[in-house]
Amino acid sequence: MASSETTTGPTTDSVGAGLDALETTQSRRTPFRKTLVDKIIPPVAAIVVVLAVWQGLITLKIVDDPTKLPTPGAVWGAFRDDWLQGKLLGYIWTSVSRGLLGFCLALVIGTPLGLLVARVRFVRAAIGPVLSGLQSLPSVAWVPPAVIWLGLNNSMMYTVILLGAVPSIANGLVSGVDQVSPLFLRAGRTLGATGVRGTWHITLPAALPGYVAGMKQGWAFSWRSLMAAEIIASFPDLGTGLGQLLENARTASDMAMVFEAILLILFVGIAIDLLIFSPLERWVLRSRGLLVRG
Amino acid sequence: MATTLAKAARSVEYAARLEHVSKSFATPDGSQLVLDDIGIDVAPGEFVTLLGASGCGKSTLLNLVAGLDKPTTGTIHTDGRPALMFQEHALFPWLTAGKNIELALRLRGIPRAERRGKAEELLELVRLKGAYGKRVHELSGGMRQRVALARALAQESRLLLMDEPFAALDAITRDVLHDELTRIWSETGLSVLFVTHNVREAVRLAQRVVLLSSRPGRIAREWEVGIPHPRRIEDAPVAELSLEITEVLRGEIRRHGQQ
Repeated sequence: MASSETTTGPTTDSVGAGLDALETTQSRRTPFRKTLVDKIIPPVAAIVVVLAVWQGLITLKIVDDPTKLPTPGAVWGAFRDDWLQGKLLGYIWTSVSRGLLGFCLALVIGTPLGLLVARVRFVRAAIGPVLSGLQSLPSVAWVPPAVIWLGLNNSMMYTVILLGAVPSIANGLVSGVDQVSPLFLRAGRTLGATGVRGTWHITLPAALPGYVAGMKQGWAFSWRSLMAAEIIASFPDLGTGLGQLLENARTASDMAMVFEAILLILFVGIAIDLLIFSPLERWVLRSRGLLVRG
Repeated sequence: MATTLAKAARSVEYAARLEHVSKSFATPDGSQLVLDDIGIDVAPGEFVTLLGASGCGKSTLLNLVAGLDKPTTGTIHTDGRPALMFQEHALFPWLTAGKNIELALRLRGIPRAERRGKAEELLELVRLKGAYGKRVHELSGGMRQRVALARALAQESRLLLMDEPFAALDAITRDVLHDELTRIWSETGLSVLFVTHNVREAVRLAQRVVLLSSRPGRIAREWEVGIPHPRRIEDAPVAELSLEITEVLRGEIRRHGQQ
């Protein structure tokens, strides 16, 4: 390297090294204390306030009909009883396994569908508007026809989940592909990534943020559709999921159990999002420098 | 290291040959001529800058040479597919610096086992040893352009096209990258076609400066730059020739005001 006449002098090298050092951003981990104050204390405080108001309504006799509003203690008791009888995890597992399996099926169908709509003009014109319109159709509307077509069984549940989640996943992928910067496509083409190789190496990874957002929404829709299906089409042979638990509680006029079921539905939905989809989304955004640390 | 990139001279007498190239685009009021009868030869190992004011179709011309677009009339021959570097770094943010380079190697069919070593070698060539695992957003503007240069070099094309690659950088960083580019060009024996609107940059880098007029883009004049290397952008001979070219460029621009 040294033989060349045009080799840069030591001055330029050190200037270059200095510039690199000055302009490189350092990323560091957030300390636990900051996480505690910023992320953990606020939601815990909110829960405490809600519980206090709830208990206050009953203690101050503003609502004094236990069939309308049970005490937090009674709801806790319903949880504890189901836990001690070993039924609680069974309820959760019945619904979660259905929900996740349905979601995976939706992923398998929604991904190629989204790619087709994004890349083939004819398909986009034909079903693109319907696909985005379907997102605003409440999936509970699919329960009656699904019951008539398939009867009261698990395939009915999966059908309703698919009809709820597939449009979200496909639309997420479509908008992800639409937002791919033309610069990346040009850069890819000059590197020789055309056709299928272009889709695989450039379009799909570039569309990943939109795809993951679609997956996140797809999970929310899967979970909602499943609950609607379980509530409306509850049938003893299907096993008791969280939706059936809610429906059983309503028939038994057991308000503490109704609250138990609603809270379970809410927390399981949130937990899956927090454990799977939010970390996935954060990872995708952070690795691209799209996530600003607070 | 230079031998891994430079290939033995082949029997082709040009790296790019443009003959009577014209390009027009369809507009609502008929077609608009953007490039008119452009003829340029880039010799193997030659460094040519294309200089012009806005509206001269510099980037259009580069797209044609890169094969991203087709000329309306005329022919373009290149010695293999050219590499192209943009004003924006155009690095893929889902890959690390090293993997960006490896993707270029992979698309050329280089076996997996060789890619890592070659990528490290290219990073060393642009003086970014140790940046292999860095994400794009962790690099400074100048470092990103150097990774982009390394990725372009990974294509092992005989011709490197550069579309105002340093325009968005600050003056000192640009200065450093001029030195780097000159060094890499002389080490690799690559042909470079470099588009810019910065007259001093054009003179600082090139062996030959081609001035394009605007609307439509025509070749207005050419200058051979005989100033010996190493050059600096503030050197007196560079400034002198820049002044001369700027005067001609101003004349070209003035013509548009009178029409």
